Amino acid sequence: MSAVTPEIQRVSGMRRFKDKGVQFLVYLAFAIAVVPLISVLWLVVSNGMARFDMEFLTHSMRNIGARDAGGGAYHAIIGTLEQVALASIISVPIGLLTAIYLVEYGANGRLKRYISFFVDIMTGVPSVVAGLFVLAFWILILGMPFSGWAGALALAILMLPTVVRAAEEMLLLVPNDLREASYALGVPKWRTIVKVVLPTAFTGIVTGVMLAVARVAGETAPLLLTVFFTDSINEDPFNGPQMGLPLYVFDQAARPNDTAIDRAWAGALTLIVIIMLLNLAARLITYWRSPARKR
Amino acid sequence: MATSTQTREGGSAPQSRSAFRRSRGDGPFRYASTGAGVLLLGIMAAIAVFLIVRAIPALQANTASFLSELTWNANASEPKFGIAALAFGTVVSSFLALIIATPIAIGVALFISHYAPRRLASALGYVIDLLAAVPSVVYGLWGIIFLVPFMRGPSQFLNDYLGWIPIFGGDQVVGRSMLVGSLVLAIMILPIIAAISREVFLQAPKLQEEAALALGATRWEMIRMSVLPFGRPGVISAAMLGLGRAMGETIAVALIFPATFTISFEILSANGNSIAANIANGFGEANDIGRGALIASGLVLFIITLLVNMAARWVISRRKEYARVAA
Repeated sequence: MSAVTPEIQRVSGMRRFKDKGVQFLVYLAFAIAVVPLISVLWLVVSNGMARFDMEFLTHSMRNIGARDAGGGAYHAIIGTLEQVALASIISVPIGLLTAIYLVEYGANGRLKRYISFFVDIMTGVPSVVAGLFVLAFWILILGMPFSGWAGALALAILMLPTVVRAAEEMLLLVPNDLREASYALGVPKWRTIVKVVLPTAFTGIVTGVMLAVARVAGETAPLLLTVFFTDSINEDPFNGPQMGLPLYVFDQAARPNDTAIDRAWAGALTLIVIIMLLNLAARLITYWRSPARKR
Repeated sequence: MATSTQTREGGSAPQSRSAFRRSRGDGPFRYASTGAGVLLLGIMAAIAVFLIVRAIPALQANTASFLSELTWNANASEPKFGIAALAFGTVVSSFLALIIATPIAIGVALFISHYAPRRLASALGYVIDLLAAVPSVVYGLWGIIFLVPFMRGPSQFLNDYLGWIPIFGGDQVVGRSMLVGSLVLAIMILPIIAAISREVFLQAPKLQEEAALALGATRWEMIRMSVLPFGRPGVISAAMLGLGRAMGETIAVALIFPATFTISFEILSANGNSIAANIANGFGEANDIGRGALIASGLVLFIITLLVNMAARWVISRRKEYARVAA
């Protein structure tokens, strides 16, 4: 190209050098950012496969001595699934209603601005602080035992802002014409929201909730303070200490022998598989829903 | 949204539209959704209140100054604990992580917004988001098993050749150092800084960009003249949000930091601890006063991160152009 119109295309050497230099740095930055991701995933998969077997998935750590091989994370998987399910049951209705308030009822009032601001601030609350809060309030002041339920409370606090933001975004996407058409037919506002707005935004909200679940499923610090530890299977999230997968990884990683480290890697692999499946499912739902594929 | 003003004036003046407003379900539904919003505010307030309530007895039992004491003997019969060393470690390690992560995150954001091929951009952005999906505890495991041994060489190198710079000084280079902890923190906060910066860069006025290119600017000159000035406040607040994340990050640093109680800028020596790491490490053996002390330290962490986050949100909310930028 420059051969045809050299006098227009020419850029002085220094400027071109800078341009190419920055381009190189930008590409380099991306490469640097991807390296830890590849390294983490590679090590988790390659080290995790050593113990990622049926015994690991179906056995607990009960009666497994400090230096013994074997054992598994069944109790932790059960715990994580129950805690995350309970956290969703708590946070999804509250988050959804808050989003409905922000979008449908708030009308730019002062309360709406406060809530909106604090939803943002809440996303920045450190997970360990949410755990400490449940510890202080639920366990120390109300005298409740360490339990999966206490952990779910802490996780719910962490999920809440993510759910609100995701649901709010989806509700804002619902075209106003739909609402107005419904009002024109004499449908009251609340029925319009329940029958028209929410179904329209439904899949988007499901995606958002799944991403929120994926986010809290890997949280360790709040569980440490509220669920405590156990090596046995405890299927009742309301009574007694439970285990969680992240907690299991933390516990095993802190033990100074190779069999425990192997279990930690296998636990990390299980955790990442669960989280990636949630992420993938959320992506697929968005993909199937995208307008291009709509019949 | 326009209808809600009608609902507010409803009840008093019976107009023809009142049939629409008077539906029996409307009141409860409206109160439920408002109540949920208020509950959310209540939770934030409750976090502060209950942390304070549980912290006070421990602070009263403390025989040393909470603000200046360096040690943490909260479980002793004469409890002695202070936040100084922990707060120092939290702030220094977070800033170090920020210094490492921000330039790379800006590069990543520019790559996705202005350099990568359009068709690939969103997929590559998703790859970076995956970094955020990896749980903290996995980074911690990766950190102690892989990164700590891996960084021994480079750390020793820095100490040997750049040891005259105070932060790289010290006689004993260790694997589990402040530097390695900060590296892991940097990896963990990179996605959020990159994601927000990317959104901001994408909002940069297209006309200005095209005008710069039309006047003969190179791509870098165009970015420097139109994208970066526009994006600066957004990048600053993204960095502050990242800082807040780094300060609250717990499990990864609990596994990596050597958990010492020192105030030293020597990032290659056995220094490094943070409020959050101390909570995770100390909770297991804490007695009643010990738990109160940890809650007091958590309160300090809560306040610091609250201030950092508020400042970040304030910077972002001042610019209308960023209205659609959310994290």
